[in-house]
Amino acid sequence: MTESSSQTAGPYVHIGCVPSFAGLRGMYGGQDLGAAMITGEVAGQKMVFSGAGYDGAGAPVTDALIEIWQAAPDGTYAPDGFTSWGRQPTDADTGHFRFETLKPGAVGQQAPHILIWIVARGIGLGLTTRAYFPDEDNSGDAIFALAGDRAQTLVAAATQEGYHLDIHLQGQQETVFFDV
Amino acid sequence: MDKPLIKRRDLTAHPPPLYPEYRSSLLRAPAHARLHYAPTETEMAGPTFGHTPLGAQDDDLIVNYAAAGEAALGPRILVHGVLRDEDGRPLPGKLIEVWQANAGGRYRHKKDGYLAPLDPNFGGCGRCITGADGTYAFRTVQPGPYPWPNGGNDWRPAHIHFSVFGDGFAQRLITQMYFEGDPHIAFCPIVQSIPGAAAIDTLVARLDMERSVPMDLRAYRFDITLRGREATYFENQTAGT
Repeated sequence: MTESSSQTAGPYVHIGCVPSFAGLRGMYGGQDLGAAMITGEVAGQKMVFSGAGYDGAGAPVTDALIEIWQAAPDGTYAPDGFTSWGRQPTDADTGHFRFETLKPGAVGQQAPHILIWIVARGIGLGLTTRAYFPDEDNSGDAIFALAGDRAQTLVAAATQEGYHLDIHLQGQQETVFFDV
Repeated sequence: MDKPLIKRRDLTAHPPPLYPEYRSSLLRAPAHARLHYAPTETEMAGPTFGHTPLGAQDDDLIVNYAAAGEAALGPRILVHGVLRDEDGRPLPGKLIEVWQANAGGRYRHKKDGYLAPLDPNFGGCGRCITGADGTYAFRTVQPGPYPWPNGGNDWRPAHIHFSVFGDGFAQRLITQMYFEGDPHIAFCPIVQSIPGAAAIDTLVARLDMERSVPMDLRAYRFDITLRGREATYFENQTAGT
C-alpha cells in the first residue's frame, strides 16, 4: 500500500476545520478544535506566536489554515495542561494568524522550535516549516543547519507579546519548507 | 519508548507544488525544493483525539446543521472505509474531518457565490474518530459538481474533502474523495495534478451496495492510507541527525 495522494485543502478549508470561524453557527458546540492550547497550569513563559503568509506577488494569503505542533517549556510534547497543538485560520483581510501558547523548550539536541503546517487553495501538498527563536542558540540544531544560508527565514522576530514569523510561499524571501 | 521511524514520503505520488493548469498554484508554489530530513522526536509525535468528546451528530451531515425534524436535501449516502498505514496496520482513535458542497454544488461560505442555492439544513462539515479496527463512517448527501474560476470552463468533480491525523505529525494529510464514474475527474486539473492514474484511482470511492440501506441510502467505500514505518528504530537522542 502507498500513502493516499494529497489534494489541496481548497478555498473552503475553514468550513471543515474551523467551522465556527467560517460562520457555521453552533457547529461542534461552537468550539473550533485547536483554538485553545493552554488547558491547565503549566510552568513556563506564555507568549503569542503570530505570523502572516504571503504569496509570490506579496499579497496576503487570506484563506489558509495553519497548524502548529510544539513542545512545552520542559521540552516534552502534550504534557497535562498543554495540548502542544494549535490550529488557526489566516485572517480574511490581512493573512495574519495568532496562537496563544507557551514558549517551547529544547527538544533533545534540537533548539526550541515550532513545527508549522500550511494548507490552502493552490497548495497541493501541505507545506511544512519551522519557527526558531532569535534569543536562543540555534547553532547546534541539525535542522536549522540544513537550511543553510536561508535559515534566517525560519527565525521569528520578537514582539511585545511574543514572536512573529512572516512566511513567504515564493519570491526573494521564500521561506524554507521541509520534506519530513 | 522507541518505535520505528515514519517512512519517507514519496513526493512523486503527490501533486507538484507548481501545476500551471491549476492557476492558484502559480503564486503559491515555492520555487525551492523541500529540504529533506528524517522525522525527529517532533514529527514522530502528534496530537491525539481518541478521547476528544464528539457530539452525537458530528458524523451525520444530513442532520448536524438541520432544524429539528428537518434534513439536508440531496442523495443520501454513507461514506465509510478503513484508515491504515502503508504497512496495512489499521489506525484506531484517529480524527477524520470532512467538508463539502451541498447537493447543488454550493458551499456555505461567504466567498462562494455560485448560482445554486444554499440548503438551510446543510452546513457541510462533519467529523469522526476511527474505531479500534481503523474503520470510520459518516452520513451525508452526495455533493454536486460546481464551476470554479480557473481561467476557463472549469468544473470540479463531485468531491468530499478529508483531513486526517495519524500517530505522528509527519503523517498529517489533507486530500479529497471522488465518486466512481464521475466524468469530470478526467478534466479536473486539481485531480490531474497527481502524477499517475493509479495514484488518482486511490482517491475514487466505490459504490458499496453491501453497506447500502434499502429505501434509505447508498454507501460509498473510501479507504485512506497514511505513511508507514521504516524497518529501523527511532532513537530520541540522535533526533535531527
